[in-house]
Amino acid sequence: MVTSTHSQSRTHPEGEKQLKSRPAAAVVILIAGLGAILFGLALSVSVGAADIRLASVWEAVFRFNPELPQHQVIRELRIPRALAGALVGACFAVAGAIMQGMTRNPLADSGLLGLNAGASVGLALAFAFAPSMSFIYIMLYCFIGAAAASLLVFGIGSLSHSGLTPLRLTLAGAAVSALLLAISQGVAILFHLSQDIAFWMAGGIGGTSWTQLRIMFPWVAAALIGSLMISRSITLLSLGRDVAAGLGQRTRLVQTAGILIVVVLAGAAVSAVGPIAFIGLIIPHVTRFLVGVDYRWIIPCSAVLGSVLIIFADIAARMINAPYETPLGALIAVIGVPFFIYLASKRKGGLT
Amino acid sequence: MSRSQLSSTPKKRRTRETAILSLLAVLIVAMFIISMNTGLIRLSPTEVIHTLLGEGSQQQKLILFDFRLPRIVISLLVGAGFAVAGCILQSLSRNALAEPSTLGINAGAGFAVLIFISFVPATTAAPIFMLPLMALAGAGLTATLIYVLAFRREDGLSPTRLILIGIAVGAGIYAFQLILSLRLDPENYQFVATWLAGKIWGGDWRFVMALLPWILILVPFAFYKARVLNVLNLGDEIPAGLGLPVERERVLLMAAAVALAGSCVAVSGGIGFVGLIAPHLARRIVGPRHQILLPACALVGALLLLTADTIARWILQPSEIPTGIVVAIIGAPYFLYLLARSKA
Repeated sequence: MVTSTHSQSRTHPEGEKQLKSRPAAAVVILIAGLGAILFGLALSVSVGAADIRLASVWEAVFRFNPELPQHQVIRELRIPRALAGALVGACFAVAGAIMQGMTRNPLADSGLLGLNAGASVGLALAFAFAPSMSFIYIMLYCFIGAAAASLLVFGIGSLSHSGLTPLRLTLAGAAVSALLLAISQGVAILFHLSQDIAFWMAGGIGGTSWTQLRIMFPWVAAALIGSLMISRSITLLSLGRDVAAGLGQRTRLVQTAGILIVVVLAGAAVSAVGPIAFIGLIIPHVTRFLVGVDYRWIIPCSAVLGSVLIIFADIAARMINAPYETPLGALIAVIGVPFFIYLASKRKGGLT
Repeated sequence: MSRSQLSSTPKKRRTRETAILSLLAVLIVAMFIISMNTGLIRLSPTEVIHTLLGEGSQQQKLILFDFRLPRIVISLLVGAGFAVAGCILQSLSRNALAEPSTLGINAGAGFAVLIFISFVPATTAAPIFMLPLMALAGAGLTATLIYVLAFRREDGLSPTRLILIGIAVGAGIYAFQLILSLRLDPENYQFVATWLAGKIWGGDWRFVMALLPWILILVPFAFYKARVLNVLNLGDEIPAGLGLPVERERVLLMAAAVALAGSCVAVSGGIGFVGLIAPHLARRIVGPRHQILLPACALVGALLLLTADTIARWILQPSEIPTGIVVAIIGAPYFLYLLARSKA
């Protein structure tokens, strides 16, 4: 395997032992992860304001009785919520993995680099100008916003003399986020949408409906399949553009495809549940630690682990301060901020 | 270099510096008059001057003295405060991109104010003097946290780590702000959202009085420490070699910057980028000597924020957008431009 022999100096400056690919570990993660997802989905459906036995969940799915309110709750509220968690967890995690691989930047994440803020501008504009707009248009607005943000951030990178070091990319992301956040705040205040948007900005999957899921699913599925298709090229890019080009990769094409996939994943996830940051930062790191450097394994394992994280975080968000829900975005930030600080302080000078 | 050049340079420089500072002052006065004119009810410049001299009508006096003037004064003070704070932080961290908002200090101050507002109604008199104190406490705690996290015994205060940790802490605090603000009722929420976006409260001389002491003490203090800043800007070894108590001076100046930023956040909410842009522009105009750089910063910052606030009131009349949003929309692209141009 090509990847196991090359050193990945940027991403793993000190971890010689991490330079291998570990397919066996990856297979274990995929199988155990899918088991955890199924268990998490069942648990997520049964935990909430009204506790529901797992047996009733089973009945509601396979012997649905529209007369029973409990079955209604399960079908219309709990199941879409649990599925949305699984879906957006995979979206954010895979988006982060692709960004980290392509930019060879350990601090890349759709939240930190402004893509989530871009999607938020799209959503604020959609709310402001067409409040009763169908979800598909809201999602398309979010795509446009996320695309604009990624153009800004990566544009700055290509303009600068010395390329995108992690520090500069993070700063560019912070500035783009601040700019886009200011624009969406302005729109929200002008149109008196503040609190509506704030609920959604805090990140929560409570209100997700079947309609939303149906609309976003084909996009997300296509983007996830696309990410698997380019995963080998991402591995090569993560070794450096020169290496990738030397091995016959059409790096421009791969990068364009990668950015498009990231825009769709982040845009769709943000349109459904709000700008949740740090998942795309944490999960790929954990995954790389477990399965090694080959993105053919990193990407599917990130998707699975991202789903697991969100499903269980959402269960925790409902239980911590019941009957109130803790915003999911804040909960993830509680894990994400120390993780980011750990990553930032682990390396000396490696970031400039 | 000949002897005559050597002797004439300081003199020339002083003339040039005086000219630049006077020009900035003139621009501020011009902006002041424009700002006085801006608003739903228009007043001509002559009317403004007449009213200022005490000859205006009752209505003109009300508009100027009770509504526009306090807000303008606050813009000037806050602009100068953020700019001087940014300049100190940039010199201390030797990082041209440091400023109160990128370092998470604004977020910490804002969070403390938000906690206070959630429990005590903002309309009574006591909070107005309490708010700067709360903001100071929040800013101080955040700055201490960032300092502790970024400091390493091996290599001290790495500028890179400082700024990355600042961004992370800022993001974390932002998440908590969201949680807290969701629990407010809609009316209070609108107030808090507007305030967090950076709205100059204005309309009230009490806010001016609450802010003024901090500015009057801390800005001159920074001017007084200009030489120390010059030396600290060179790195750690040289000042220590010169016999400067590096750590003590750094903590003292850091505290001054944090206190300035905190008290400004208390009356103006989350206005970012002033502390970044003003020092850059000032450095470009007058160079790196802090004796002249700091006063220039204060003037540029005041001018910048007054201009932004005037635009904020004028652009969408009769409604207005928070000043912080105007500053971010102008400031963020400038920041990105600096980032693209700067060499690693």
